[in-house]
Amino acid sequence: MAITDRDMGAGLRPSLSPDGWLAALARRAEAVVIPLGALLAGLAMFGLFLLTQGKSPAEFYALVYKAGFGTWFSWQNTLSRAAPLLLAALCVALPARLGLVVIGGEGAVVLGGVAAGGLAGAFAGLPGGVGLPLLALAGGLAGAVWIGAVGALRHYRGVNETIASLLMAYIAIALMNHLVEGPLRDPASLNKPSTAPLAEQLRIGDMPGMDVHWGFAVGVLACIAAWVLIDRTTWGFAARIAGGNVRAAQVQGLPVGRLIVGFTALGGACAGLAGMIEVAAVHGSANASLAGGFGYTGILVAFLARHNPLAIIPVAILLAGFEASSGLVQRRMDLPDATVPVLQGFVFVAILASETLYGRFRVFAPERWRAA
Amino acid sequence: MTHSPLSRRAVLKGGAAVAGAAALAPLPQRAAASGGLTVGFIYVGPKDDFGYNQAHAEGAAAVKAMEGVTVVEEENVAETIDVQKSMESMINFDGATLLFPTSFGYFDPHILEVAPKYPELRFQHCGGLWQKDVHPENVGSYFGYIGMGQYLNGITAGHATQTKKIGFVAAKPIPQVLLNINSYLLGARAVDPSITCQVIFTGEWSLAVKEAEATNALADAGCDVVTCHVDGPKVVMETAASRGMFLNGYHADQSALGADTYLTGAEWNWAQVYTDMVEATMAGEAIPNFVRGGLAENFVKMSPLGPAVTDAARNQFDATKAEILKGGFAVIRGPLKDNRGNVIATEGQGFEETDVALESMDYLVEGVVGSTS
Repeated sequence: MAITDRDMGAGLRPSLSPDGWLAALARRAEAVVIPLGALLAGLAMFGLFLLTQGKSPAEFYALVYKAGFGTWFSWQNTLSRAAPLLLAALCVALPARLGLVVIGGEGAVVLGGVAAGGLAGAFAGLPGGVGLPLLALAGGLAGAVWIGAVGALRHYRGVNETIASLLMAYIAIALMNHLVEGPLRDPASLNKPSTAPLAEQLRIGDMPGMDVHWGFAVGVLACIAAWVLIDRTTWGFAARIAGGNVRAAQVQGLPVGRLIVGFTALGGACAGLAGMIEVAAVHGSANASLAGGFGYTGILVAFLARHNPLAIIPVAILLAGFEASSGLVQRRMDLPDATVPVLQGFVFVAILASETLYGRFRVFAPERWRAA
Repeated sequence: MTHSPLSRRAVLKGGAAVAGAAALAPLPQRAAASGGLTVGFIYVGPKDDFGYNQAHAEGAAAVKAMEGVTVVEEENVAETIDVQKSMESMINFDGATLLFPTSFGYFDPHILEVAPKYPELRFQHCGGLWQKDVHPENVGSYFGYIGMGQYLNGITAGHATQTKKIGFVAAKPIPQVLLNINSYLLGARAVDPSITCQVIFTGEWSLAVKEAEATNALADAGCDVVTCHVDGPKVVMETAASRGMFLNGYHADQSALGADTYLTGAEWNWAQVYTDMVEATMAGEAIPNFVRGGLAENFVKMSPLGPAVTDAARNQFDATKAEILKGGFAVIRGPLKDNRGNVIATEGQGFEETDVALESMDYLVEGVVGSTS
């Protein structure tokens, strides 16, 4: 191997070379430091907002910490709330790799739940090891069809996927109401129309030693799998190419249509699975409570994670911690329940604004160190 | 782009830990400090919704005024794992030992999930769902017969209407709502048997746009008195007032929204119920697992009659109310058919408010314009 100037440079000052470990660290650091800085800026701005309301930011953040992360109960509370957010966020993050902004994951969540609730009766005789995967498949399929249709409308009919997915979420909720109040209604559910209760072996229980259901583990695994798909497979690579420039991807012969429908369907499957888990782990039957807004919080999680499936895990936990603290903040500081959504809004705006900062700092670009 | 979630999470936790440690000391332990009873109230919507949640919050406010009681409240808590965790948070952080999760949908599965974990504590649920030997012993259930209130509402509506058409904005065609609709019309028909009541279902407990549309549609159809059964009647009342309709309130007192066209309203009287239950708990007595009551038991009350109520209406209202208070009064009584022609009750047959047959009501009586499906 020929010795070049670059290698010489590396030999002289290894840590500062563009190939050295420090350079590698610097490149990676940008993706952590900027969102973290934006998060802190958002928290600081919200602190100022609290001051204008005559409330103590120190007390507020201490309560958020205590109720979200301060005790074992708080952690269980937070992780329970994070479970559906993980999967709902993937419904946004996966299509985002193709440059699509899908915000109607709520529709896939409720339909996934209804599919599971509606079919649970048919699987009641099966052992849990067979019935539960079938239910998960049903929930995932319902979500996949719903959001996959959004992708198909986008690719084949040129319909804006953002608007289509949002409007289809309303249709999905109306469809759910129709089904649980009509054809799928358990006649015994008088004043709260629901599907028939799931058989005991089809219920999802808690993970050992904690009061957090298995849905959390499923969500974490799904995030890891999504990361592998996007960052370590040719499919993910093709999707990123198509997301960067559709025309270029088509010229390269990439199956753009199949990629769009496939990734939207996969995102929908994740959200549908979230609905199925809500039914099997929390509600025990499908009813209007399924429209709990996870699909919408998932948008926030995915954007804060910058659509990186691995980053979704800590972001979902952080936002779930915020939500877990909402009650204590209301009770102790006499703040309205809108406080936590406002805090989330501040953080969201700060993160969006920080998008313009990427590539601005020389410290994260080793190639430009020498110029300094 | 590659994130490093581990280090990021570690940094977050570290930062949060520092912030927490710095501020842990000044956190007050209110429950421990007061030494009395801590009672938790959880609402599914805002406390000031002029409706279902406000009615409960007024009850909580009455409890708050009691000696030796600390009240903790939380609003807008969804019927998901959220409410389970809210209950446990009140127990763990505030030391609450008596809980009132007030939304109907909190019972199954949420209260049933949490209550067995805390057998020493008491969970009181509004909705009347508790069954002996099926549900935990530390869960109680209470509800009020508010259909009678809608019947009295109907009497004032029957006197006020000029068009002989009254309207009802309803959330969902479930038994409790159907009983209210039927009672409202039958009250009006006690004044004039030619009156009809048009019902519009919005499909949701809280959906302001549809509630406004439904109210306008009723006004356009010629209805000149309206009532509702949705979580927050504010939109219905304000829209109806702007259309010059007479108003019959529901859940809480909405007279402030309609001024001189507000006739009366069927209200919950949770202040009475809750202070009784808290008093019993403080005296060490057990609250019965299943409590129900109507006008006579002070579970339900009527808003003061408004200025638009005529003397004739007032007389019939007072006479009927006196009869109800005596007991044994049946709103659903024969001869009565539903609006599809099926016989509901034959001559001499009646269903008192306590009759369990009313709890699976699936019909609209003759004279109600609308359909349950």
